[in-house]
Formats: sequence, C-alpha cells, structure tokens
Amino acid sequence: MKIAFSINNKDVSVDILDGNTPLLWVIRDILDLKGTKFGCGKAACGACTLHVNDVAVRSCSYAVKFAEGKNITTIEGLGNAENPHPVQQAWIEEVVPQCGYCQPGFIMATAALLKENNKPTDEDIDKNIINICRCATYYRMRKAIHRAAELTRETKI
Amino acid sequence: MSKNISRRKFLVRGGLGTLGVLAIGTYVLRNPIRRQIIDFADSFIAPYSGTGTEPNLWFEITKNNTIVLHSPKVEMGQGTFTGLAQIAADELDINIDQIEVIAASTASGVVDSLGTGGSLSVASLWQPLREMAATMREMIKIEAAKKLQIPLANLSTKNGIVSSNNQQISYVDAIKEVTEWKIPDTPKLKDLKDYKLVGKPIARIDLKTKVFGNSIFGMDAEMENMLHAAIIRPEHIGATFKSANYQKAEKMPGIVKVVQIDDWVGIIAETYAQALAAKMEVDVEWNIPKIWTEEDIRTLISVGNGSEMVVQKEGNLLEKDDKNILEIEFKSPLGAHAQMEPNGAVASFKDGKITVILSTQVIGITQNQVAKAFAIDKDNVNIIPTYLGGGFGRRLNTSHAIQAVQLSKEIGRPVKYFFTRKEEFQNDMFRPPTHHIMKGKLNSDGLIENLEHHFASGNVAIDSTLMPGIAHTILGADFGAIRGGSIHYSAIKNIRSIQWHKTLPFATSWWRSLGLLANTFAIESFVDELALQSNKNPVTLRLAQIKDNEEGVRLKNVIEKAAKESKYSDEVVNGRAMGFACSTDTGTPCAQVAEVSIVNSEITVHKITCVMDCGIAVNPDQVKAQCEGAMIMAMSASMYEKMYIEDGQLQPTIFGPYDMALLKHTPKEINIHLLQGVDKPLPVGEPPLGPIAAAIGNAVRRITGQRLTEMPFKLS
Repeated sequence: MKIAFSINNKDVSVDILDGNTPLLWVIRDILDLKGTKFGCGKAACGACTLHVNDVAVRSCSYAVKFAEGKNITTIEGLGNAENPHPVQQAWIEEVVPQCGYCQPGFIMATAALLKENNKPTDEDIDKNIINICRCATYYRMRKAIHRAAELTRETKI
Repeated sequence: MSKNISRRKFLVRGGLGTLGVLAIGTYVLRNPIRRQIIDFADSFIAPYSGTGTEPNLWFEITKNNTIVLHSPKVEMGQGTFTGLAQIAADELDINIDQIEVIAASTASGVVDSLGTGGSLSVASLWQPLREMAATMREMIKIEAAKKLQIPLANLSTKNGIVSSNNQQISYVDAIKEVTEWKIPDTPKLKDLKDYKLVGKPIARIDLKTKVFGNSIFGMDAEMENMLHAAIIRPEHIGATFKSANYQKAEKMPGIVKVVQIDDWVGIIAETYAQALAAKMEVDVEWNIPKIWTEEDIRTLISVGNGSEMVVQKEGNLLEKDDKNILEIEFKSPLGAHAQMEPNGAVASFKDGKITVILSTQVIGITQNQVAKAFAIDKDNVNIIPTYLGGGFGRRLNTSHAIQAVQLSKEIGRPVKYFFTRKEEFQNDMFRPPTHHIMKGKLNSDGLIENLEHHFASGNVAIDSTLMPGIAHTILGADFGAIRGGSIHYSAIKNIRSIQWHKTLPFATSWWRSLGLLANTFAIESFVDELALQSNKNPVTLRLAQIKDNEEGVRLKNVIEKAAKESKYSDEVVNGRAMGFACSTDTGTPCAQVAEVSIVNSEITVHKITCVMDCGIAVNPDQVKAQCEGAMIMAMSASMYEKMYIEDGQLQPTIFGPYDMALLKHTPKEINIHLLQGVDKPLPVGEPPLGPIAAAIGNAVRRITGQRLTEMPFKLS
C-alpha cells in the first residue's frame, strides 16, 4: 500500500506491504532520518518521540497507516544550527546531553508541551515529560525546559 | 614511516600489563601481599597501554587546517571527547574549534587494550596524550622549519600557525607533502598555568550534533546492500536449544533466510520490522534444566557462602559473644544497565575480511573475539566504534558482534542485528545482587572501636571479557565487587572487610561504579547508625576516625566542605532532614548531603550537596554533569530499580515495570563543589555514585526512625 504524508515540510509517499509497520521504522529505514531513536518498541521510554500534526507521538507504537495525510516533524525538521528551535537553543545553553541518544525524544516532547503551555510549572513538566534518560541529565533538562519556555515567550512577543 | 623514535615514557610504563606482571610475580606469596595488590588494583589509575606509538596515527591534519584526534577512548556520554580535545589542543597550540575528535577504529592503529571504562579515560590519557600532542606539534614545526628554511629554534606555534619573526605557515601547509615523519623525543610539556583550555568549562564538542539529531550511534550505522536481522534467544535462565519450527516464518514477506546457530535462531529480512514480525511466528522448544527462583539466587549470594577473601585486616576480629556489638544486615538487588541504545552491530564478512560497526567500549577485545570466533587473523577484522547510546559497563561485552558476523556469513551480505528491549533486559550483564553484614562496636568515648564489613557478591571482574578467570586465581577476590568495600576510617583500630564470592547461573559483570554503590550504602548507613548510638554528630564522628595521611586529609577536606556548604544539621525541621555520607573510589573522595522529606508516603529528595576532590577538573562543567548524572543514577538504583526471577525467567523486560528515576524524581537543587587535592586528573564518572544511597537512608532514619537496609528502598 502507498501512504502519503508530509515529513519536515516535504511531501513523501512510501510504498509498504504492511500498513501496521511502526512509523519509526519507516522514518529510520526508508526515509533515512536517523535522529528518531529506537529505545523499547513499546512506547515506554520516549526515545522515538516525534510530532504528528504538532502532537507528540511515540512512533515505535504508531502504525504508519495512521500517518496518511498528516504533517510529521522529526528532530531533523525542528531546527538546525543556523535556526535552532527554542528548545534546542535552551538545550545548548544548559549543555544538557551526555550520551545524547534519548535527547531528540526529550526535545520533541518538550517542544510539543511548550506549544500547549508556554509557561509550564515544575508540576506541568513532571506530568508531561516522562521520557527516560539513563545518563540522568534530568537536572539540566528541567532548567533547559524553563529556559526554552522563556525563549518561546520572547519569540511570541 | 620513520621508526627511529625513542620510546616515549608512557609506552614502557604499561597499564594492565603492569598489574598482570605484579600480580603474577606474587602469585605464590601469602595473603598480606595479595591484599596490597588488591589495594593497588583498587586505587590504581592504569595509564594508557595500547598501540599507536606514532603521534601521526593519533592526529590527522585536514586541508582546512583543523586536527582530527583518533581517540582510543569512545564517547558514551561521559564527555571524554571534550576533555581530550582540550588537553590535545593546548599542547598542539590550536583553538578548540580547530580540533575534532572521532573514536579510533582498530584499523587506525590506536587501540587501547583496556578499552573505555573505570572512569579512566581522561585520567589515564592525561600524560600520554599531552606527550603525543606536544610531539606532534614539534613534528609540524620540524616540517615548517624545512619549508621556511628557518632554524627550528626561531619558530613558535599559535592557533594552528607556525611563525618566525617575519614568516608564517599554517600547520597543513607545513606538512601537506610529508610522506615520512621525523619523530623527535618528547618535548617538555607546558606548565599547568599556561594551559588555555584545560580547566575551563567549555561546552561539549558533541553538543550541537546531539541536539540537532545528527550524531551516529551503533543503531544508526548502515552498510551498502545491508539486510536486517532479529534473533530469538532462550527466555529461561540456563535454557539451551532443542528444536524449532520456522516454516511459516520463512514464507512471510521480506524474509530472506531463517538460520539456527548454537542456542539461537536468527531471522534475516529486508527490513527490521519484517524480521520482528516473523520472529512472532517461530516456535522454538528449549531444554530447561532447572527453573531458577529468586530464593536460589538469594541463597547463593549470602555472607558465609562461596569463597572467602580477606580484603582488609587491622587489629582484632569482634568476639562472637560480645553483648555490645551492633549488627545490621543490608541487601542490594540484581540491577540492569538499561542503557537507552540497545546493543547490536552491523557486520560484513566478505572475502575473508570482517568489518563490524557497533557501540563498544572495547574495540580491541571485540576485534580479538571476532577474529577468534572465525579463526582469521585479527588484521582482517576492523572494528569501527560509533557514539555509544550509554555504556555504563554493558558494552564491555560485545558477544553480539559475533552473532552479527555469523548472520552476514550465512547470507553473504552485510547484516544489521540489534536486541529488542526484552532481549536487552534478559541478556544483560547484570549488576550482581549483594548481601552485607555490618558489625561494629563503640568504645567508652563513643568512638568506633571495631568496624567489620562482611559482604557477598556475584561476579563483577571475574570471568568478564576484560579480566578473564586468571584474576580470581591470582587475587583471590573479585576486585570489581570489592570496589568501595574497604573501610576508609583509617583511625579505627580493629577493621575487617571480608568478601564472599559465588558465580550466578547467568552473567553478572561491570555496572557503573561496580561494588561501590552497594558497599558504600552498607558501610555509610552503618556508620551513621553508630553515630546515632554514640549521640555524636555524624560529621564529627567521621572526621575523628580518619588518619591525617594524604588520603585521609583529602577525605576530611571533602567531608568538611560538604558539611559547611550544606550547613549540615542533625535536626529534622518541618519534616525535612539531612543525611550525610562519603566514600573514596579510585583515589577520588566524595561527600554528599541529601535533604529529604516524606511526601505522600514517598521518599522525596529535595536537594543534594556534593563535594568531590578529583584533582584537576579538565572540564569542570562536564565533571559536574557526571556528578549530577551519577547521583541520579545511583538514586534510581537504590530507590526504584530491581530485576527479579519469576518462572525461571529474568524479569521485568520493559521500562516502567523496571522502575527508574524520571525527571519528576530529580532533586530541584544540586550543588557541586570541586576540590583539587592533587595536580592531575583523577577518575570522575563513577566515584559520585557512592555516597548518595546512604545519604538518603541516613536522612530517612532521622525523619521516620526506620533504618533502610534493602534496595530498592521501601518505607515500612
């Protein structure tokens, strides 16, 4: 079956035998975007988080057939060195990553949160950012999330 | 390549080789000497002991006049690439943006026989890397002198440029026609005060690539014409292959071949998703000789069971019938590495040559193992490491590289294979469970008269790829399991630390900080209990029990600093208490104070103060990042994590049920203070895992009266 969607503002169409294939593998192995990571395959860790129509989705457990006609954003489409997303900017300012493997998932989850709520409290963060980081960069993440919210609010004004 | 080089100092110093020689030399000697060796192994910083004698193997000068360092240590989050870049750039006289660091492949010629671990990367490369970089700078100058026709003595270097009074040439222009290097003796190294980058909190050099999602991990590696594979392994402990039916799976879309080798079945497919789908349709029967239980494991790992080794012995053993003895038992569970990037490898076996790309902490060992498994010369095996999505000791074993090569050999094309999360949890090289009996007694002044640590653990160093069986024979103890097991209260007259060892029916091995986590928990919780019994401030009591030798003074300094910075108090204020604990690991003393309260019946850590003396902090910001991560990882291990055995299988097999610290559990305030008690960098990545569990437990004891004795912590 053919499934058409937009990824990082580019229209694509993939030909796939099984529409139940997780979106993660289509993105990594067919569209060759490796920034979205595999962590557990059961939506339990958040390493594969990306945006479907601006909502954070754990792509290891999201069938590709549901992507039909939707707008998908991955870490590669969120920002780049010349034009970083506020979350990426904040992550750089706070020097968050260690091994870096889970970081795209956290950054995507945070970007989705800030779209809904650009002034999250510590409680909002605790409830919404529930990905896993084994290097435990959480302490800097919390600071970076508040900083990203600040940058987001500044951009809006 | 010119070989008329004087052997640079570090090459004759040896690393593990030295330990091996020393240990074998004293094999026949008696226990006290053996204990000295253990002390040595416990605190010894092994210098670089790999291959790559020529600086030009380490440094590659690009046409943009930048320098690429082929690092013998991999980057697994610990910030090593950044620290090494700072060290090298300072001696090379280049700026930080003129250096790039990549992990050396085995083919590069720079292979560290020790691999990356033990928190040794920066500490062990401090001397050799500076010598290499300084020599490389001289080599560039020699070429510049030839090109410019100016005496070497009249040249200086700065920002990647060689200059005289009136001429200058970039490094790359100076060397671009070189075919044979002249390698001089190592020049004098710069004074510490002249370093511009060492000691500065510069941003990680891999920061942006990781934030924009461009960094390549083992999972992201590919080879041309590659297939994907999934593997079925036994789920029961000790199970072996009996039979398999995979007729249905073979006919599924995308399936190229199903193979059965040793105790596993491999499914090779066009895509990984197809391989996984087919995996569900394979029926395998296993021989299961025994259904192991949680009780079996607990019985195996208990003080008094297995082989015994006296690790530390001062004065007398406590008398059995002494009524004044305080005795407390402590336990820690089986722990998983749970690194975020699953293990795996991309392998190609073609025309007698093997290439493997993977996340490994030990490229040299991976190379040896693969070469041996396929009976080919190791020069025909190239191991290419990537960024590691976490290491924590898990990637010191890379037997899966062999499986990936076997699959490639079967199908005649490159194959990428990696673990599912369930495989990862069931085939981890676990942190072994431990059991501790602490015994002690106060004297009439309320000081500690006797302190004894009797402890049992499964394998850590023993039988690991890094330290084969011989270590046990020679040393008598598992020197991974004894990390942190010695008592550092050197002024106590009567001390015992006695290890009991047993091998479990599944692999246990290196887990970040090894025995330190559980051993410090037991010792420091117990010392706190003695302080309560003695009615003494736990800081005062600790300080009174440490001798004023160099090690003791450094430990006292971190204790005093932590007490001062945290404003340590023994009192519970509004339900909030402080807990104090300290440890010394591989020569790095560390003290931590946790501020804790009980919120909705859960232990909540609000604030941690951490003081560590790691010598020179090459990058203070990354040293702090290691402290933050290590303390939260240790919190996670002591408060939430536990593997267990159910129906003969290791459980759980997914995050969530394997409960770990999340953002919400992280203290809102962490203050880290670094001391520099010696003028060299010491290990950083593991020492801060030591004190935190006891610090939390000691705080909880003050709030509730309950002494926490078992990880993961449960309030009664």
